[in-house]
Amino acid sequence: MYVYDQVDRTIVAERVAQYRDQLRRFQAGTLSEDEFRPLRLQNGLYIQKHAPMLRVAIPYGLLSSTQLRKLATIARKYDRGYAHFTTRQNIQYNWPRLEDTGDILADLASVEMHAIQTSGNCVRNITSDEFAGIAPDEILDPRPMAEILRQWSTFHPEFAFLPRKFKIAVSAAAEDRAATAFHDIGLHLEKDDSGGIRVRVLVGGGMGRTPIVGVVIREDLPWEHTLTYVEAILRVYNRHGRRDNMYKARIKILVKALGPDEFARQVEEEWVHLKDGAGLLTREEYDRVAAYFVAPAYATLPSVDAAQESRLADDAPFRRWVGRAVRPHRVPGYRAVVLSLKPTGVPPGDVTADQMDRIADWAERFGFGELRVSHEQNVILPDVRLSDLHVLWQEARAHGLATANQGLLTDIICCPGGDFCSLANAKSIPIAEAVQRRFDDLDYLHDIGEINLNISGCMNSCGHHHAGHIGILGVDKDGAEWYQVSIGGADGSSAGRGRSAIGKVIGPSFAADAMPEVIARLIETYLALRTDGERFIDVVERTGIAPFKTRVYATPVASSQPAEEAADA
Amino acid sequence: MPEIILRDRVVADPWQVLRPEAGAAPELPAGPVLVPLATWLDQADALVGRGDAGVWIASHEDPATLRAWLDRLPLVAVDFPKFTDGRGYSIGHLLRTRYGYRGELRAIGDVLPDQLDYLRRVGFDAYAVRADKDIRDALRLLTTFSEPYQNSWEPPLPAFRRVARGQVTELPR
Repeated sequence: MYVYDQVDRTIVAERVAQYRDQLRRFQAGTLSEDEFRPLRLQNGLYIQKHAPMLRVAIPYGLLSSTQLRKLATIARKYDRGYAHFTTRQNIQYNWPRLEDTGDILADLASVEMHAIQTSGNCVRNITSDEFAGIAPDEILDPRPMAEILRQWSTFHPEFAFLPRKFKIAVSAAAEDRAATAFHDIGLHLEKDDSGGIRVRVLVGGGMGRTPIVGVVIREDLPWEHTLTYVEAILRVYNRHGRRDNMYKARIKILVKALGPDEFARQVEEEWVHLKDGAGLLTREEYDRVAAYFVAPAYATLPSVDAAQESRLADDAPFRRWVGRAVRPHRVPGYRAVVLSLKPTGVPPGDVTADQMDRIADWAERFGFGELRVSHEQNVILPDVRLSDLHVLWQEARAHGLATANQGLLTDIICCPGGDFCSLANAKSIPIAEAVQRRFDDLDYLHDIGEINLNISGCMNSCGHHHAGHIGILGVDKDGAEWYQVSIGGADGSSAGRGRSAIGKVIGPSFAADAMPEVIARLIETYLALRTDGERFIDVVERTGIAPFKTRVYATPVASSQPAEEAADA
Repeated sequence: MPEIILRDRVVADPWQVLRPEAGAAPELPAGPVLVPLATWLDQADALVGRGDAGVWIASHEDPATLRAWLDRLPLVAVDFPKFTDGRGYSIGHLLRTRYGYRGELRAIGDVLPDQLDYLRRVGFDAYAVRADKDIRDALRLLTTFSEPYQNSWEPPLPAFRRVARGQVTELPR
C-alpha cells in the first residue's frame, strides 16, 4: 500500500498543528461556534446528539494491520471500545471528547492516517473498489489514480469552500463495486488498444433529497489529464453551483439545470486552459505511486486444495459461510474473505476494539498485512490461502465475525441514524435489527438469495436507500418516526446486474414496528413471482412495483403506532 | 486608520470600500477608493484617470468583464460575503493565472485568519482581515502548509513536479 514520503508526512503533521491551534482558539472563545464549525467539519468532527463524532478517512478503503490496531487503540483510549465503518469507506468514533480530538489526530498521524476532509463542503475521501488489485475482472488497479486524486484534493486551496460536499469514486473493473454513478464524479479507468489508460468521466450522480444517476460527460480521456479535467469540473461547479439553497447546491443540480451537454461544454472550455499545464500528470509520478501497489509475493499454489474440498463436502456450516464470504482472487490458490459486520443485534458496520485487533492479526497470519473496507460496511481479508479458510472460519466464529449473510437480506447497509446522528429524522439501527430478527432462518435467507436492503435515517442518504433493491428511508412527521419504502434501486454492482437505478417509492410510510412485516410481504411477493434464477431485483425490473405494492397494502400492517393521517404517495 | 495584511506585513490601509445602497447613485469620496464592478464599468475612463480608484468584485460576478482594465488597475478586491462562500478563490485564481493581473489582489468582506493560506495560494497578496479578529495573530497563518500537493498561483508547480518525491525522513517536530 501507499507509504507516506516527506511531503505527505509534513502535510499531515502540519494539519495536526493547525487543528490543535483552531481547537485552542475555539476553546478560548476567539473562534466562534459558527466560525469553528466548517473548520472542524473539514476535519471530520461533528457535534452529535450525545458527544462529538469523529470520522477518520480510510483512503479507497485500504488499511494496514498496523493502522487497524491503532484504530483499536484509539477506540479504547478515547472512546468506548468500538467504532463504526461507514458507507464511504471511512470509520467513525461516536464518543470522543472534544478536548481529545487533537491527540487522536496525532495518534492517527503516527500510522499515516488522518481525518482530513471527511466532512464539510469540500472534496471528500476518494473511494474505490474494495477488491482492487485482486479481482479477476479487474482491468487495471484503480488505487494509484485514487491515491493521486487523494493528494490532489487534500487542502486544494481553491476548492475548500464548495457549494456543497463533493464525492469522487474510481472504478477499474468490469463490475462497478464503487457505486460510481452515485458520486459527484465517477471515474472509470480502462485500457486503450495500445495499453494506455483512458478515463470515462461521469458527473452529477448522488443520493440525498434529489437522487440522480450520474451521466458520462467525457469518454477516452488520456490518464495524464485526470487532474486537470477534475479541476475544470470543480472550477465550473465552484463558480456556478447554487449557494442560495443547500438542498440544491450539489453539482447534480447544476448539471441538471444546464443539461449534461452544456455542462460538458463549459468543462471542456475551462479545461482547454489547463490541459497541458502544470497539473498534467507525469509518467514518473504515476509510476512512483503505482509502485506502492505492486502485487505482494504470492506463493505458487495449486488452484484446488484437497483438504479444503473435503471440508466443504463434510461441513455444512463451513460450506455455507464459504458460499457467502469467500470471493474469487486473480491468483490461483488465494481467495478474498468478506468478514460480515452484520450479525443480528449489532449495529451494521460496528466493530469492537478486540475484533479490530483479531482482524489485524488475521491480516498478517492469513495474508500480507492488508485489509479492505467496503461501502457495504464489511471488512475484507484480501489474500487468504484456500488451505487457511477453515482455520480462519473457526477463529472468526469465536469472535462473532463469521456470519454467513454477505450479499443477503440481513447484510444491511445502514447509517447510524437517530440513535447517534443529529441530522437523522428517524432511527435506523433498530429497524435493521428487527428485520434481521424476522429473517433469522439462514436456509430461508439463502433461498431468498442476493438482495440489497439499505436503510437511511434521513434524506442525506448515508445508508444509500435510493440504491437499495429495497430501500428504507426514515422520515419525521409531526414528531413521529415513519418509514418510506422503495424498491428497484441498484448501485451498479453485479448484485443488481450492473444497473445503476433509483428505487421507486411503493406508497405511504409505515411505523417502525410494521417494518419487518412489510419486508416479509415484499419477499413473499418476490418468491411467488420469481422464475428460475431470478433475483428480487430482476422481478422488480420485470413486473414493476405494482404487484409488490398491491401485496404490501392489501391489508393493514399491524402496528401499535397510530395510523398516519396524511398518506404520502 | 484600519489595517490590512499586505503580502507578509500588517500595514495601515487608506482605501475606502464603496458599498452603495441598491439603486442609489454612488457618490465617490475623495482619496483612494474601491468601487463596485458596475460603477467601474460605468465610469472606467474617469476612474482610471484618478489613479487612486480600484474595483471590487462580488462573488457572483465574472472577473472576465474586467480584462480590458487589468493592466491599469492599481488594486482589485474580491468580496467574500461569507467566509464559506468559496467563489472568490476561483475569481482570484482566474485573475492571476488566466487574465494576467499583476497588481494588488485583495480579499475583503468576511475574511478570517484560517482562510489566509488558501487565499495566498490562489493569488491574493492583500487581506482585509475582519476587524474583530487579531490581525497580527493572523499573520502566522499565512503559511500553514509548507509543501502543498497542488499547483495553483503559488506554488505554480504541483509537488510531483517541484520536489523529489518518495523520500522518507523523520517527522517534523
